[in-house]
Amino acid sequence: MKVPFSWLKDYVDTDISAQELKDKLFSCGFEVEELKYVGEEIDRCVVGRIEQIEKHPDADKLRICKLNCGEYGEDIQIVTGADNVFEGALVPVALDGSSLHGGIRIKKGKLRGVESCGMLCSGEELGINDDWYDGADVNGILILQGDIPLGTDIKKVVGLDDYIFDIAVTANRPDCQSIYGIAREVAAVLKKPLKPVELTYEVSPFSTSERVTVCVEAPDLCPRYIAHYVRRLKIEKSPLWMRRRLALSGLRAINNVVDITNFVLLELGQPMHAFDLSRIARNEICVRRAHEGEKIVTLDEKEFELSENNLVICDGVKPVALAGVMGGLNSGIEDDTSEVLFESAKFERANIRRTSRALGQKSDSSARFEKGVDAYTTGIAINRALNLIEFLGCGEIACDRFDIEEKAVQPTVINTSYSAINALLGIEVPKEEIKGILSRLNFNVTAKGDKITVTAPAYREDIEGYPDLAEEVIRMYGYDHIKGTFMPTAKVTGGGYSAEQRKEERVKRIIRGQDYNEIITYSFISPKDYALLRLDGEAEKAIRIKNPIGEDMSIMRTTLAPSMLNTLVRNLRRGNDRARLFEFASVYLADSLPLSDMPREEKTISFGVYGEGEDFFSAKGVYEAIAAEFGCAFAYEPVQKPFLHPGKSAKVLIGGEEVGYFGELAPDLAEELAVETPVYLGEFDYAKAEKMLGGEIKYKPLPKFPEIRRDLAFVVDESAVCAELEKAIFDASKYVTAVKLFDVYRSEQIGKGKKSMAFNVTFTPHENAFKPEDADGYVKRILKALGEKFGAVLR
Amino acid sequence: MQEKLDAIRSAIGEGIGQTNTRKELFELKMKYLGKTGEISALSKGMRDVPAEERPAMGKLVSDVRAWAEAQFAEREEFLKRKEIEERYQNEKVDVTMPARFAETGTQHPVSLVKKEIIECFEGMGFEIYEGPEIEKDYYNFQALNIPADHPARDMQDTFFITGEYLLRSQTSSGQIRVMENKKPPIKILSPGRVYRSDSDATHSPMFHQMEGLVVDKGITLCDLKGILDEFARRLFTSETKTRLRPSYFPFTEPSVEVDLSCHNCGGKGCRICKGTGWIEILGAGMVNRRVLENCGIDPDEYTGFAFGMGLERIAMIKYGINDMRYLFENDVRLLKQFKD
Repeated sequence: MKVPFSWLKDYVDTDISAQELKDKLFSCGFEVEELKYVGEEIDRCVVGRIEQIEKHPDADKLRICKLNCGEYGEDIQIVTGADNVFEGALVPVALDGSSLHGGIRIKKGKLRGVESCGMLCSGEELGINDDWYDGADVNGILILQGDIPLGTDIKKVVGLDDYIFDIAVTANRPDCQSIYGIAREVAAVLKKPLKPVELTYEVSPFSTSERVTVCVEAPDLCPRYIAHYVRRLKIEKSPLWMRRRLALSGLRAINNVVDITNFVLLELGQPMHAFDLSRIARNEICVRRAHEGEKIVTLDEKEFELSENNLVICDGVKPVALAGVMGGLNSGIEDDTSEVLFESAKFERANIRRTSRALGQKSDSSARFEKGVDAYTTGIAINRALNLIEFLGCGEIACDRFDIEEKAVQPTVINTSYSAINALLGIEVPKEEIKGILSRLNFNVTAKGDKITVTAPAYREDIEGYPDLAEEVIRMYGYDHIKGTFMPTAKVTGGGYSAEQRKEERVKRIIRGQDYNEIITYSFISPKDYALLRLDGEAEKAIRIKNPIGEDMSIMRTTLAPSMLNTLVRNLRRGNDRARLFEFASVYLADSLPLSDMPREEKTISFGVYGEGEDFFSAKGVYEAIAAEFGCAFAYEPVQKPFLHPGKSAKVLIGGEEVGYFGELAPDLAEELAVETPVYLGEFDYAKAEKMLGGEIKYKPLPKFPEIRRDLAFVVDESAVCAELEKAIFDASKYVTAVKLFDVYRSEQIGKGKKSMAFNVTFTPHENAFKPEDADGYVKRILKALGEKFGAVLR
Repeated sequence: MQEKLDAIRSAIGEGIGQTNTRKELFELKMKYLGKTGEISALSKGMRDVPAEERPAMGKLVSDVRAWAEAQFAEREEFLKRKEIEERYQNEKVDVTMPARFAETGTQHPVSLVKKEIIECFEGMGFEIYEGPEIEKDYYNFQALNIPADHPARDMQDTFFITGEYLLRSQTSSGQIRVMENKKPPIKILSPGRVYRSDSDATHSPMFHQMEGLVVDKGITLCDLKGILDEFARRLFTSETKTRLRPSYFPFTEPSVEVDLSCHNCGGKGCRICKGTGWIEILGAGMVNRRVLENCGIDPDEYTGFAFGMGLERIAMIKYGINDMRYLFENDVRLLKQFKD
């Protein structure tokens, strides 16, 4: 919301600076996002009188002017190329060292050998047009009118000596989307009286209702509709003061009638419309839902096909306006318009918002209606428009009007107490202070002891209950009165993580303990990511976003693998020579599409490694570290995944259930990605595995007698599997408590198709200490078992 | 005999002086004092000495043995010291060479901030609740007093899945789920991923929020301020102050924007706080009566406050990261800087 300081001052007498006002507004809930001095670009530019003009001796088109600029010099020589100057003219003079619109700097210099101590300015060079000062659009020097003291700062003359407050108005305060709305707040916060808006006008003895009929067929979408007839219009240029106000607010002046509607929108926040009555068929105006397929061409010459969701204003034959959004091209004000019907209406904001979005058509009016317009302002705005018609003397005003309001809005009345307000705030704001603040904000307060009955002003449709009053009080009383307390009335609660959450944190800590760095990637991925991993048909099972930022962030991932792979590749490409990464995040699984029930969000861990020393088994370390921490055992079996090396990938099982996989990125896929280092990645279905990860620590007594360790190397077939040998060793003796492969060796001596596998086996005694010969007996049994099952021989 | 002993004495004296290692010394010692050594042989030879000479002879031999043992011991001590000194000379390491140690991984900066915030609040009795990210319109908007076509919906560009399902645009949705299932006293922190259709240096289409909610009897705006003061002091410095200023959120009334005094300049004004001395850090307010009603909690009996903050924003402020996108590039060189 852009608010010119000068306009604000029409309604509140204030002697504080713009900066001080900015701080005051900030304190009561209106952040000034930008405070702009309108003439900030213009410096050292003053009013001067041309005392004498001579021709330049060496240039036909140049003239040498002698300027009297009062205190800045009574005989300043300036050369100009403009031909509209004359002796005695008052002109803007940019002095030596001055700056102008667009950052132009003026310095003393010579033009064709003649000294020029500045520049005479055009309107354009001051950054203004005709709306700021009559004659500013002229191609030449701006000739100033009237009697202005020489040396006066030009900014004061052309309206640039002003500030614009760009105020962020929160969505609950549509009543402050106007100059007058802000003025009400300023008056309250400065404790100054608010001056009323001029709303009176003289009527002529003719009637609106005799000229036109108005009906509202959709009162749900149009709670109030006011129409007032004005005739014998003279369409002309608006006076300078009005044009300047519009210009300050960033609007161009059009003509008096259009300007009045815009002026009222800015000043009171009520969008207005004026229909050219001569172009209204059958002298009828009807507010109704559009018929399916009905068409309208708006003022900006765009055609729209409408539906029942759109509200239109129609004459006896056709739509003449898209209600609240834009007037129709068929009923707008033209230069020869002589009679209009002024419309001031409240349209339902939700409907305007839907229509504006659906059709992609926006205007100042629709933007304003979307925020919400109150029925009270609808009523005063029409009076203000008619007051301006009279003030500008540009038409005759009918003696009656249509004011269709199915259910007049009653002001909100809140029965509460001073103590309720203070209880919510937690401080004791004195009763008189509360009453004073609410009264200054135009609330009507009647008090009886602690009890108060508060009537909200008609324009405050946001007020619902006493917490709203508490907010009004504290924002004016000052938030610095709120002193921190520590919930003295609250019950003690336990707090902290739940057991499940602690387990998650523990798993993450274990993985970090293996030198993995946590990453966070977007939950949405591209269908191309599935294609990259050759996961055919997977993308179709994923949940799609209806309005994604782009195709590459359009589906909710059902796997973390693509994000992990992309992150690994990014790190590789950036020259990071090694990385260990993991992510703990949800995947999103729909039981059916389109989504008709809450999808499953399952917590998953992805991990990936590359770099010196990394291989399949270092990647496997993630699982084993988790198993070691939780005292559980994972089983591993070869697996085929479309994006992994078929000989170097495994699925991971716990209690017979598959809970993850990992492996080397398929070499051909690596080549596709121009990745030369082997990359390993995996995914752990944490949601599924979580219940099987024990957490309880249970003490096992230390063995009473010494354990025995033996290193045993077996020659076996190449196809022998480590886990099966381990199991056979365990099964061969009840005293075996640990089996650890420590070497795999192949040589000609051992033979082709054979390998030697060396295990470190621990035997733990139970009740009695081992005798020296016991271990030999256990080893023999192991040899026998392995010999039978795998043809293994001791090396 | 005396001659023999003198010869041994001089041979030992000479021999010892020539030994350079403890091994050589040991061998020499064995030559004389070992089981079959020369002095031991003399002792054994006593049997052949006439009985009357034996005491005198025996004394001579035992004197030599004692003398020899003392000589060897002395030399032993000397050589030991010499060897150690030589080791000290030869075994010097370059103490500046790199160590070997098991490195540990790191938490993502956003997780680190999340952890620190949780640590601030868990001691105050806040539990942690994580709600679903794919949410129903009802929980993300309607129950939070944001009906369809409410202008507040424009404050956040929401990603939709269907007409009813969407990616939650705020962790505030968790408030409703908690209050539907739990009666006061409620103290909840709800962290998680949220989504808005926005992408630039300070906005990411996915980011993290932390929602806080307290509902109990007699909760006031001052309590909100007190809790946030404590939070600010713990997360930043003990001098950090908070400032409340009026704002608007549909689910709180009154609503406030909370600023922290700039940790960089201490409030004097600098580049980080854009000269204001304050940094906007979170939105908060007293829970709107309608929201309580929507969850079946009597607003005449209970009041509460809620606050919500963006974790990326806090991470950026706390660690001086100037572009939010860096947080999602996951470059190991960045990640490694954020230790637990």
